[in-house]
Amino acid sequence: MPAVDHSENIIELENISFSYGEYEVLHDVSFSIHKGDYLAIVGRNGSGKTTLLKIILGLMKPTNGTVRLFGQDIRKFTEHARIGYVPQKATSFDPSFPATVEEVVLMGRHGRGLFRTTDERDMAAVTDALAAVDMEAYRDRQIGSLSGGQQQRVFIARALAGRPEVLFLDEPTVGVEQEIREEFYALIKKLNEELELTVVLVTHDLESVAHEAMHIACVDCTVFFHETPEEYGIQAHHH
Amino acid sequence: MFEIFTYSFIVRGFEAGLIVGFIAPLIGIFLVLRRYSLIADTLAHASLAGIAVGLLANMNPFFTALGVTVLSSLGLERLRATKRLYGESALALFLSGSLAIATVLLSLGKGFTSNLFNYLFGSIVTVTQTDIYVIAVLAVVVAVLVLIFYKELIAIAFDEEYARVSGIPVGLLNTVLIILAAVTISLAIPVVGILLISALIVIPVLAALQLKQSFLRTLLYAEFVSLFSVTSGMLLSFYFDLATGGVIVLVALFLFLLTTLFARR
Repeated sequence: MPAVDHSENIIELENISFSYGEYEVLHDVSFSIHKGDYLAIVGRNGSGKTTLLKIILGLMKPTNGTVRLFGQDIRKFTEHARIGYVPQKATSFDPSFPATVEEVVLMGRHGRGLFRTTDERDMAAVTDALAAVDMEAYRDRQIGSLSGGQQQRVFIARALAGRPEVLFLDEPTVGVEQEIREEFYALIKKLNEELELTVVLVTHDLESVAHEAMHIACVDCTVFFHETPEEYGIQAHHH
Repeated sequence: MFEIFTYSFIVRGFEAGLIVGFIAPLIGIFLVLRRYSLIADTLAHASLAGIAVGLLANMNPFFTALGVTVLSSLGLERLRATKRLYGESALALFLSGSLAIATVLLSLGKGFTSNLFNYLFGSIVTVTQTDIYVIAVLAVVVAVLVLIFYKELIAIAFDEEYARVSGIPVGLLNTVLIILAAVTISLAIPVVGILLISALIVIPVLAALQLKQSFLRTLLYAEFVSLFSVTSGMLLSFYFDLATGGVIVLVALFLFLLTTLFARR
């Protein structure tokens, strides 16, 4: 294991609740994610796992509770460069959008100040990010012309281009060919171990991720936090 | 064949046409990619209400159109951001609402019918030297702002949620974009007329999109289609005595069809 100080809190959730009208999706959720962790947030469809992720990222406001990223309240968060995000592809991406792989990955650098112009450091970050996901050869290709798995690698590269400390992924294997899903999880594991990235991954695909993640948060209105996947397996039999 | 350029009103017409032809795709590419194409048409109709205000109050209709269009754009963006109305119904509300206001105001002050025709279908030969200065200054403002926020606008158009997480002030830039769209639309009134403005903003971009290139190249192709359509459209309309706005849009449509056929192969 790499020498990462796992005691440092990167994400802290305190008494998070969320309701759509009368319907309570999340009830009193509290947990922390430490530096270097690999947390899988799992749950059935509609269990609130994507909602939980969007609350952590500040995209949705919780009905109750607070979220802190790097010790900063998410409502006043300013250090966006420290987080990388790979959104659910199916809902957020138009394959006919006119952009090359390079242009898409460069978007990972665009949040660093309104009046900045692109420089060599940005281009170097794009090159490194494409190398980390093995996509250097596709730099000048149209994003829409790639396969689902390749597109997803590009979106991971976009998140990496900002050189984040924590990577959030929302259902990264949706739209990825079945045969290469395992390869995909191996890539994420590699980023966690070699780049010492903290990883938070939302998935309904528990089987694949159980071997990879360090901790598992099972969302079903409230959250059952399991320190190890094994512990989850034992408890799952009791549920 | 260049003797038409000895007429100063024609030279001014070309100046206005080329300036507007240049900024239309700059704004259009972001509107089209964000599926905002109909906003251009809606704001064009709002500008008619502005023109009616100007004619009735005996003020320069160009400035009242600019003011009313910018205010409408802010109202539209507000409705969109707060999701108070269902999808595109906000556009229908603004489009028909402003048209109703325009017709009532125009009927209040009778006898504007000949003028009205110029605004609806364009009247490039009535552009004055002062108009040219105003159009040029505002166009420079639009172009510079698009250039400054270029990369952020691309990121938002590609994926608004990702842009938010990466720290881009999405709300602010959405407001900037829609104000710039309103300004561009106001500037385009004399060139193609209210009814054809959205065509000038949307069609060159659609033509360029057929070629499936990088973002930058798509923008450059859209610029080419737009400027070529304006130039050749104006020449054709002067020589054959046809409606300028209509011919410009038909040339753009023709180029769109060409690129579609070309892209199929």
